[in-house]
Amino acid sequence: MKAKQKSNESLQRLRRRIRAASELVMNIFFFLCGILAIGCVALISVYMILSGIPAIREIGLGEFLLGKVWASTASEPKFGILPFILTSIYGTVGATLIGVPIGLMTAVFLAKIAPRRLADKIRPAVDLLAGIPSVVYGLIGVSVLVPFIAAVFDLPKGTSLFAAILVLSVMILPSIISVSETALSAVPPEYEEASLALGATQIETIFKVSIPAAKSGIAAGVVLGIGRAIGEAMAVMMVAGNVANMPSLFGSVTFLTTAISKEMSYSSGLQRQALFSIALVLFLFIMLINVLLNILLKKNAKGGR
Amino acid sequence: MKKLISLGLVLTFAAAMLVGCGGSDSSTAGGSSAAGNSSAAGLSGTVGTNGSTSMESVIGGLSEAFMGSNSGVTVSYDPTGSGTGIQAVIDGTTDIGLSSRALKDEEKAEGLVETTVALDGIAIIVNKDNPVENLTLEQIAGLATGEIANWSEVGGNDAEVVMEGREAGSGTRDGFESIVGVEDVCKYANESTSTGAVIANVSSNVNAIGYASLSAVENDETVKAVTVDGVAPSEETVLDGSYKIQRPFVFVTKDGTALSEAAQAFFDFATSADANDIIRGAGAVPVAE
Repeated sequence: MKAKQKSNESLQRLRRRIRAASELVMNIFFFLCGILAIGCVALISVYMILSGIPAIREIGLGEFLLGKVWASTASEPKFGILPFILTSIYGTVGATLIGVPIGLMTAVFLAKIAPRRLADKIRPAVDLLAGIPSVVYGLIGVSVLVPFIAAVFDLPKGTSLFAAILVLSVMILPSIISVSETALSAVPPEYEEASLALGATQIETIFKVSIPAAKSGIAAGVVLGIGRAIGEAMAVMMVAGNVANMPSLFGSVTFLTTAISKEMSYSSGLQRQALFSIALVLFLFIMLINVLLNILLKKNAKGGR
Repeated sequence: MKKLISLGLVLTFAAAMLVGCGGSDSSTAGGSSAAGNSSAAGLSGTVGTNGSTSMESVIGGLSEAFMGSNSGVTVSYDPTGSGTGIQAVIDGTTDIGLSSRALKDEEKAEGLVETTVALDGIAIIVNKDNPVENLTLEQIAGLATGEIANWSEVGGNDAEVVMEGREAGSGTRDGFESIVGVEDVCKYANESTSTGAVIANVSSNVNAIGYASLSAVENDETVKAVTVDGVAPSEETVLDGSYKIQRPFVFVTKDGTALSEAAQAFFDFATSADANDIIRGAGAVPVAE
């Protein structure tokens, strides 16, 4: 009897030990998964900096960032990326100016105005918009939008900064819409009910109560959209013309992303190193946007509470 | 339960795909090594080639075929540019120099020997609805640099010229610009990263002009290759030299310096008629008979 009890006890102890061990193993596994993400970011950062610095050093930081001429294979090569930087900024700002109002209004419609059945039909369409590969956006852009722009504005060709802005503004819609809608839906109904009870109309309530209450979420959506716009290469490459001109609305332009992908395949020597330096600049831009996003979110979280 | 089942399915599919890939990988590896062994001629070593970036696809095709039948040989290729390639032969740092232009007299005086392996013909293409049929070299240069901005100046419609080109570093761009004499001064409206994209852009824009390697447009009905100084581009007119927009792809070696056995075998293969289809496939015009 006693012996049996004893063996039972030891069996239980063993079980407990196995459970503890498996807990530990799983914990380590999860920890490793977490580390993997950090590791990737660290690895990419270090690699970008190491491979991007040499060319900047050789060309000179001022000439690299502020030079207006990019002629990487000329007999006297020039590596000025100001046209790319400005094009990326203009393109992103333009896409934001068009995309944010449309995206925000769509989110308001989905969250506050549309009947549930209609909203349930629009929402999957928006999600699908996010899932369309960028090369498809580019393809439609080059076969429909580009000839359309050429015809409407009576231009010899339609590939331009303007075409890129239009394509980008559609591409950033899904992230703006879905994040803003979530934020708008999360606004406590009491706020809106109080506003309505005080005699405000529904539209007044939306613009004066709901949107301000959801502004941190909306800002997050906008910054997410900006991130997508500035990092997009494929679709832009197909509609922007890809000549290293200083940006003009209907001129052929090159973005930071397309400057890299365009010349990578045949590049060599300093030209290739300079492409890594462009990637480093692009990387810093994205970092900056992320930092901005974090600051924005923290500020709003403090102000809201 | 449903989730578990679907997860199981996904895992099964993933596993099946991995197994499938692994299987095909190993089988191709086995196949190629078997082929190499059966036809090994006993050659071994490395063949160094160095020079013109424009010759990448030709050298790529040739070395792939050569290494396929001589498993012991590795053909390396440094795309450094014609000038560097020629200098490398003088310095003795490479076996075969690659140049996409004929040697200058002072280079020949250094004891260098040129052997043309192929000719690179570049067609000037316009939209099918463009009435222009013929252009002179000067007109082409003017169109490329923007000096001729309207098609009416060369007998076409009253419309703005849209110059289509390739990205910096492309061999076709380098070829076009160096032959026409417009290096680094072209005013492009669009830069594309492939010959196909240039052809597509020209075929969709009535006012566009572009360039593409001859082989890419020879059987292409979507665009029109103009005659240059009255000569239509074709393999024959490139070979007899009457079509002007062409340049030689040259192997540069040093007189009196024997190539290694492997390098000589590669040289002989590249200049033999056996290589003609490979050269044609790479977009150039073969010269061996």
